[in-house]
Amino acid sequence: MESSIFKFIVRFSMRQQISVLMITTLSLPFYYLSLEIPKKIINRALGTGEDDVTGGALGVNVQPFDFFGVTLFELDRLPLLFAFCGLYFGLVLINGGFKYYINVFKGLIGERMLRRLRYQLFSRILRFPLPHFRKVSQGELIPMITAEVEPLGGFIGDAFTLPLYQGGLLVTALIFIMVQDWKLGLMALVFYPVQGFVIPKLQRRVNLLGKARVRAVRKLAERIGETVSGAQEIHANDTTKYELADFSYRLGNIFHIRFEIYRKKFFVKFLNNFINQLTPLLFFSIGGYMVIQGELSIGALVAVMGAQKDIASPWRELLNFYQIQNDAKIKYEQVVTQFEPAGMRDAEDPDAEVDTETPIAGELKVTNLTLTDEDVKLIDSASFTIALDQRVAIVGAGGSGKEEIALVLGRLLTPSGGRIDVGGRDLQALSESITGRRIAFAGATPFFVSASIGDNLLYGLKHCAAAPDEDGGESDAEHFASLQENIMAGNSGDDVFADWIDYEAAGVADAAELTTREIRALGVAEMIPDVYEFGLRGVIDPSARPEMAERILTARAQMRERVAEPDCAGLVETFDVNAYNSNATVAENLLFGTPVDDTFDFDHLAKNPHVLKVLESCDLVEPLMQSGHQVARTMIELFSDLAPEHEFFEQFSFIQADELDDYKDLLGRADYDNLAALEGNDRQRLLSLPFKLIVARHRLGVIDEHMQERILKARAVFAAELPEELRDAIEFFDEERYNAAATLQDNVLFGKLVYGQAQAESRVGGLISEVIEKLGIYNTVVEVGLDFQVGIGGTRLSSAQRQKLAIARAVLKRPDVFILAEATSALDGASQSKVASNLLAEFEGRGLIWVLHRPSQSSQFDHVLVMRGGKIVGAGSYDELNKPDSHFNELLAAE
Amino acid sequence: MTLEEDVELLRNIPLFAKIEPSKLKLLAFTSERLTFNPGDSLFKQGDDGDALYVIMEGEADILVDTPNGQITVATMAKNDFVGDIAVLCDVPRTATVTATTKLTTMRVTKDLFFQLVCQFPQIAIEIMRVLARRLDVTTRQLQDAVSKASDG
Repeated sequence: MESSIFKFIVRFSMRQQISVLMITTLSLPFYYLSLEIPKKIINRALGTGEDDVTGGALGVNVQPFDFFGVTLFELDRLPLLFAFCGLYFGLVLINGGFKYYINVFKGLIGERMLRRLRYQLFSRILRFPLPHFRKVSQGELIPMITAEVEPLGGFIGDAFTLPLYQGGLLVTALIFIMVQDWKLGLMALVFYPVQGFVIPKLQRRVNLLGKARVRAVRKLAERIGETVSGAQEIHANDTTKYELADFSYRLGNIFHIRFEIYRKKFFVKFLNNFINQLTPLLFFSIGGYMVIQGELSIGALVAVMGAQKDIASPWRELLNFYQIQNDAKIKYEQVVTQFEPAGMRDAEDPDAEVDTETPIAGELKVTNLTLTDEDVKLIDSASFTIALDQRVAIVGAGGSGKEEIALVLGRLLTPSGGRIDVGGRDLQALSESITGRRIAFAGATPFFVSASIGDNLLYGLKHCAAAPDEDGGESDAEHFASLQENIMAGNSGDDVFADWIDYEAAGVADAAELTTREIRALGVAEMIPDVYEFGLRGVIDPSARPEMAERILTARAQMRERVAEPDCAGLVETFDVNAYNSNATVAENLLFGTPVDDTFDFDHLAKNPHVLKVLESCDLVEPLMQSGHQVARTMIELFSDLAPEHEFFEQFSFIQADELDDYKDLLGRADYDNLAALEGNDRQRLLSLPFKLIVARHRLGVIDEHMQERILKARAVFAAELPEELRDAIEFFDEERYNAAATLQDNVLFGKLVYGQAQAESRVGGLISEVIEKLGIYNTVVEVGLDFQVGIGGTRLSSAQRQKLAIARAVLKRPDVFILAEATSALDGASQSKVASNLLAEFEGRGLIWVLHRPSQSSQFDHVLVMRGGKIVGAGSYDELNKPDSHFNELLAAE
Repeated sequence: MTLEEDVELLRNIPLFAKIEPSKLKLLAFTSERLTFNPGDSLFKQGDDGDALYVIMEGEADILVDTPNGQITVATMAKNDFVGDIAVLCDVPRTATVTATTKLTTMRVTKDLFFQLVCQFPQIAIEIMRVLARRLDVTTRQLQDAVSKASDG
């Protein structure tokens, strides 16, 4: 990267800088004119000045309308006054216009350059050698790209323009003063050399402090990052106090630096202000003397004073800029040096023609491969040759270098010495667009983007964007313009919203076929049952997948028949619009549907206006409040004696510990037979309790049959009187309709599990799978499961699921060589063997290099490499190697 | 079946006889009532023990795996409790319990059970009594078996 910010500016924005400079220069004569006019008004129109042609008092005189001694025409004083004023107004407009245009243009340059800088920094992160990530923390990198470079944008816009513009203003005003009277001009200038000498000296100290500040803040960020990721250790070791003290120390450091900067900065400001105010003093004294002596006209003195005021502001701006410029220089240098670690990969030419078609095949020949990490030889001149249509196992003890060799072969680590040839080509020299597509790698702790399972599967196919489809719509034009802007700022010109999927690499023609492939890949990784479970818990949009919804409805009907059979009797209570479901809550029974959004959130039903209206019209408010009263009484009876932090509150109580006293108080006040008299909060409190009651589970006897009948009536009223605008807030349980708000499983079940039935959940789960498999929609459910969001870094998946997904992702891109490094270590033994035999079959005839953590598994491989202390100590088939006293034999025995 | 009825049933069980009704109500409210069909197993030998079961209705056989196949060692009926050993000793289930009739149980989780024991020493005493009686029975059976073996 450019070593200084000025080189960066010159290299990437020279043309724009020149244009803005030209415009700025163009604006200066107009500025000069705007200084000239007031003088003309005073001297010509008001007629007191020295260059008053008639030299007379105010009267009806003809005066010239002139500039620089050229008379354009002559006018009477009054029209002349207005003519000058009109001209002045015009100049105000022109000057303002120039200022606006220049500022906007500067903004554009600055923002574009900021974008470019951020992009360059980010793209450099992508080229960092992998071991460097162990030395640099997120906490350092993030603020550098986000906050630290932010002010540079503003500076870059100003870099040349501001000094020119403000300097121009300054010089213009000075010239103006000089033209009026050279002595006054000298007065205005007399202090500038002083400032020019002292200020840079002071500034240098501020610069040093600035550097120290940037470093300290960066360390602070790193510290915060460490605390966040190490929170567990802090609590486990009771080091909170220590951490706080450490943090205070760092904050104190920053405080002292910042305070010192302020002192120095404001001293510079003070010096400036002081000197700026001395100058008028000179004007008043010496200039006034000259006026009295008749050597100078008042008009000229007033104009000079005006111009001097105008000098003050650009001068201040220039000094300010000088400080900002120094600040920016430091920031840039400090950021850029952090983005130049040793051993960085070279940037690949994005437009270079790379032959990605030729498969990586033939032989993998490793010669004298060495990898050192600070003098420790992790791989010690390893040499071996394997055929890339063979399945090769690498075994060894921990620390034998087997993991490192996998990383080096996957081109994820750069070796310190030696050479790797694949099919006669040097692996290190191959473009990433070849290795990244034709070689797959799966480690023990794979990473996933925070998106769906499907997106993560396809991640391995997103190598380049497809050509944009141009249908010339208006949004397209806008989209195109934004892509153009990307290119202008030196950013990636690829469209992130384009179709990035390399269908050919997956061996399919289009998106529809791809899904089949995805499921196949999941099958190889033994992950289908997991994704099926996710699918059952997923929701679909029936308007987008009408066929699927239709089949789920068929499954629902079959499920209904199935649970009616004697062996499953009493497992499920199906929803029936005319019957109270005693395994569902009162709320579910009343609404008889699934809330789509927060409107009918079960926790806040007692506040919902429509619900209240329905309850009132059915005379249910008071009975429900009475139920609430009974529930509250029971809860107080049951839970009063428990400690407030007791887990039962969380698990069982309708009333949380901190609310128990409120309810006690409420029951004390309320008259059971006249609960209708309660108002506001009390009313809501009692009314909200029974909504969570499940008759079969809670067995409180509060919702008796009579009550159930009344709730059924209210159910009908609720649906019939639902206002039009709330139609979309609830999906009713309708046997003939797919419920878009409920999960697939709930749609098939269309009812509630009956409480108190042993193993009901697993039995019903089995029944659902049975029905779904019979209908042949098992894979469709898996497809829905592909939409499951994996969470940040894949944390919503178990570690076994993460490893399986990484394998499926690799299988999907059909690599020529697949390298696995302990990639199934989190799986249970049975699944490990299954995945292994699936992969061995899948990669028949292609390259499979597998670093095993159980050496015995190597019996299934064509070829085995044995490592010890970074060296290859054995190579051959399992049977060849399995000899008494061999290291391989020791490894087997140790397992 | 309401909570009150559950409490009545629990009160008739010697184990809980001396506990005040409000605590029994808490027990009933926080425990799951589980029904098993004849032939269903409550748990199997070797499973993790996470709860004990109080039989409220019906009968169940206690089966133990032996080298000669499964043998029934006891039959439990109303008011008995099963599954206590795994909960108390933190070992896997020592036997399989299978319903022989339609069986209604109250499933008391391990956590809840220990809380009850801590709060109500009467329960602990009652359990000791039951266990001691079982030990007494087992010892006598063993004596019989030993004497039969020496006689034979």
